[in-house]
Amino acid sequence: MKKDVQAERAVNELEVKKRGQLSYIWFRFRKNKLAMLGLILLAVMALICITAPLYLSYEDDVVTQHVMEKFTKPFSAGHILGTDHYGRDMFARIVYGGRISLTMGFAIVALSLLIGGTIGAIAGYYGGVVDNILMRIMDVLLALPQILMAMAIVAVLGTDIKNLLIAMTIANIPKFARIVRSAILQIQGQEYIEAAKACGTKDPRIILRHILPNAIGPIVVQATLQIAQSIISLAALSFIGLGVQSPQPEWGTMLSEGKQDMMLYPFVVIEPGLAIMLAVLSFNLMGDGLRDALDPKLKN
Amino acid sequence: MDERNVLEIRDLHVIYETDQDTVYAVNGVNLTVKKGKTLGLVGETGAGKTTTALSIMRLLPKKIGHIKSGEIQLDGRNVMELTEGDMRLIRGDTVSMIFQDPMTSLNPVITVGKQIRESLELHKHGRSEKEIDARVDEMLEMVGIPASRKNDYPHQFSGGMKQRVVIALALACEPKLILADEPTTALDVTIQAQVLQMMNELKVKLNTAMILITHDLGVVAQTCDDVAIMYAGEIIESGTAEDIYEAERHHPYTIGLFGSIPDMDSKAKRLNPIPGLMPDPTNLPAGCPFAPRCPRCMDICREKKPETTRFGTHEIKCHLFAGEEKGSAPE
Amino acid sequence: MSTPLIETRHLKKYFSTPAGPLHAVDDVSISIQRGQTLGVVGESGCGKSTMGRTILRLIEATDGEVLYNGENILKYNRRQMQEMRKKMQIIFQDPYSSLNPRMSVADIIAEPMKVCKTLPDNKQIYARVNELMEIVGLAKRFVNAYPHELDGGRRQRIGIARALALNPEFIVCDEPVSALDVSIQAQILNLLMDLQDNMGLTYMFVTHDLSVVKHISNEIAVMYLGQCVEKAPADELFRDPLHPYTQALLSAVPKPSLRDRSALQNVIKGEVSNPVNPKPGCRFAPRCAHACEKCTCQDLELKECGPNHFVACALVNQDKI
Repeated sequence: MKKDVQAERAVNELEVKKRGQLSYIWFRFRKNKLAMLGLILLAVMALICITAPLYLSYEDDVVTQHVMEKFTKPFSAGHILGTDHYGRDMFARIVYGGRISLTMGFAIVALSLLIGGTIGAIAGYYGGVVDNILMRIMDVLLALPQILMAMAIVAVLGTDIKNLLIAMTIANIPKFARIVRSAILQIQGQEYIEAAKACGTKDPRIILRHILPNAIGPIVVQATLQIAQSIISLAALSFIGLGVQSPQPEWGTMLSEGKQDMMLYPFVVIEPGLAIMLAVLSFNLMGDGLRDALDPKLKN
Repeated sequence: MDERNVLEIRDLHVIYETDQDTVYAVNGVNLTVKKGKTLGLVGETGAGKTTTALSIMRLLPKKIGHIKSGEIQLDGRNVMELTEGDMRLIRGDTVSMIFQDPMTSLNPVITVGKQIRESLELHKHGRSEKEIDARVDEMLEMVGIPASRKNDYPHQFSGGMKQRVVIALALACEPKLILADEPTTALDVTIQAQVLQMMNELKVKLNTAMILITHDLGVVAQTCDDVAIMYAGEIIESGTAEDIYEAERHHPYTIGLFGSIPDMDSKAKRLNPIPGLMPDPTNLPAGCPFAPRCPRCMDICREKKPETTRFGTHEIKCHLFAGEEKGSAPE
Repeated sequence: MSTPLIETRHLKKYFSTPAGPLHAVDDVSISIQRGQTLGVVGESGCGKSTMGRTILRLIEATDGEVLYNGENILKYNRRQMQEMRKKMQIIFQDPYSSLNPRMSVADIIAEPMKVCKTLPDNKQIYARVNELMEIVGLAKRFVNAYPHELDGGRRQRIGIARALALNPEFIVCDEPVSALDVSIQAQILNLLMDLQDNMGLTYMFVTHDLSVVKHISNEIAVMYLGQCVEKAPADELFRDPLHPYTQALLSAVPKPSLRDRSALQNVIKGEVSNPVNPKPGCRFAPRCAHACEKCTCQDLELKECGPNHFVACALVNQDKI
């Protein structure tokens, strides 16, 4: 009898080390060097943008024109990235432009995820007619070119950052509706959903507690990649004059303003262009890394 | 290598290395398969059965799986020394594999006849086009599928029929050795019986040697000449089917395995399971791997790995029998 | 005989497919006395799992009755059913997909009690979780572990603890051991039998494995393509199988002994088809060695041909009566 107890204990000692889910994902993410690069770049950009008001004055550095100092070369004293055709500091404008781009990117994705996700969850969970109606509406939205639709909405409501947000959110809703719906369909076949139903769990609880936490992986990845996409779309809209209006700085607006002088002073377009590229690249790198880290198939 | 053997494995060690830890999957396996005989390789999940088979085919997952040491002699050639190109010629020709899941081992967009043809064309052996066509028909008929169905796609067959196609595919080039990894586990009992019966008949007809990997001692009893029982990457007992099913002396794990099977003929209500679990393969115990679960564990079992004791063809790796050796075959 | 705890009367579940209605469960009447186990045996596609789920109303039946203590629960409304669910639970086959991977062991077991509010506060719920873990033989240190950190046997114990959380009377065990290794299988079977003895549980044990079912069942129902073809006390069924399908099933199980090596000789031919728009008559007839005209001309009913031994076969009835 004593031996049995000993045997049991010995087996137990060999128990797998416990590791929390989040730390496991973090562990896998950290191994991906490019993804980490993306995360670090993003963190640095975010830090610079968030703390901007501490070392830059919006009025003095960003808006006020200093015609005397126009087209100062980069790396000169006081203007590390040079100045534009009104003599405004490029660095300050890029940083303040980044504040708008990043905030808008997050806001657009957050809003469309909330709305699109709810639509997708309802469609996927209830199926049948509800699913059919909701998803066909999404199909119609998806069939319209994103930029075109945003243009139409801005044209009707007027160019204003709030309208821009509405326009781009609507354009993004179908993507999230689709991804959430497919994640839900996949999880619904699992037996733990049936187990939850077997003890009479109500639908909202099943969706919130059992389905969504397990669907979060692909959704987070899509959201990350979509932020990058939104930053580009925002820049594009601003470039054609439907987005953020001068003198407010935005990367697309800056590109648009700089394009007359780009032959003589190429840095005025290269710099905002690089900013867009860096931001988009780091979001994409991070998204890819997250996809790998969250994919359960790659576990072990 | 002995002329009568088609496969000899000596002291095989295989590890899987991931960033976090090292899995000791196969730890010093010795195996011999005689020409035309079937060896049952029995063990539970994670015992290292499939890893052993994949090592013979040199198909261990790239970058992760490594053969650390050991020797694999297949039909007189050392598998470890062959180039990847030579290996490709051997796979499907000298040795072929049947996998557990017939659904995923056939290509869904190619007709079954074409899939068998492809394998025959890779290993032609001077056959003409006509002979190859005839051979495709012959193979299908042999596994009990009308040759007229060769233009059908895999999804048009039921699970049992698909496994027959897989077997036809494996046998097409008349391999010397077949590695069958749980070939009937995914099938229903009545279909399993049909497939096993067919495999028994073909084995006699074609004189092909086979390693049948399974966890089912019933399947082994019905099909195998020799049996090897694996636990935590080691073969803890081996011998002829008679040695395993009818001899008196057994490894305690073997006894536990038999005790766990619900016996249809007995009256006993309670089963006698083995307590505990298989040891973590990243962290194996120092002594006998079964010691932590063994009802007859002694002090020495926890400290020292047991040597193999031989009783004629019957080999047991357990301290209980140390020194009892008798009638051992001369090496 | 007293009222059975669970009884089905002419239970039917048809799924609509493009090819016509699929008769997954077709006119099955079974009953289980309190504290007993009914083994439901059959091959894949015979409707055994669908029947378990239909009884629990996880799938709505097409027709027929499910009586719990004599009351037809198929007529219950949402609220009545909610109460009913506390008394009947299910244990699943796949210990991997049956547990929510994002919930800890304690939360998984606590979930039914939180949903049904059987205990007033979290403190009592988690005290009960501890108790349940002890009952099913899970060490306390796994309380905060996640399912993916545990092996199949332990996961299945979690599934059992979850099923026990509401103190049910009746549990559908849907192939609870078929995904497990033999040595672990025996541990779980012993646990299920102990639980039955200690708590007076009633089981419907669905499986394809005849050797498992004999050990745990009092009575066995053999299903083929949606129909129950034979029903008898466990020992009786193994001693004297009457339906040709039952006989085939019994002889097809490979026995772990060298003496029965010839058993594979008399294997039945053919494969299970789909019960889509089935023809009248015995559904096993196409594969049956003894089939004659009688078998295909009309539907067969279960007939008693021994004490509590029912068979739906034209030939057997003819011989005996």
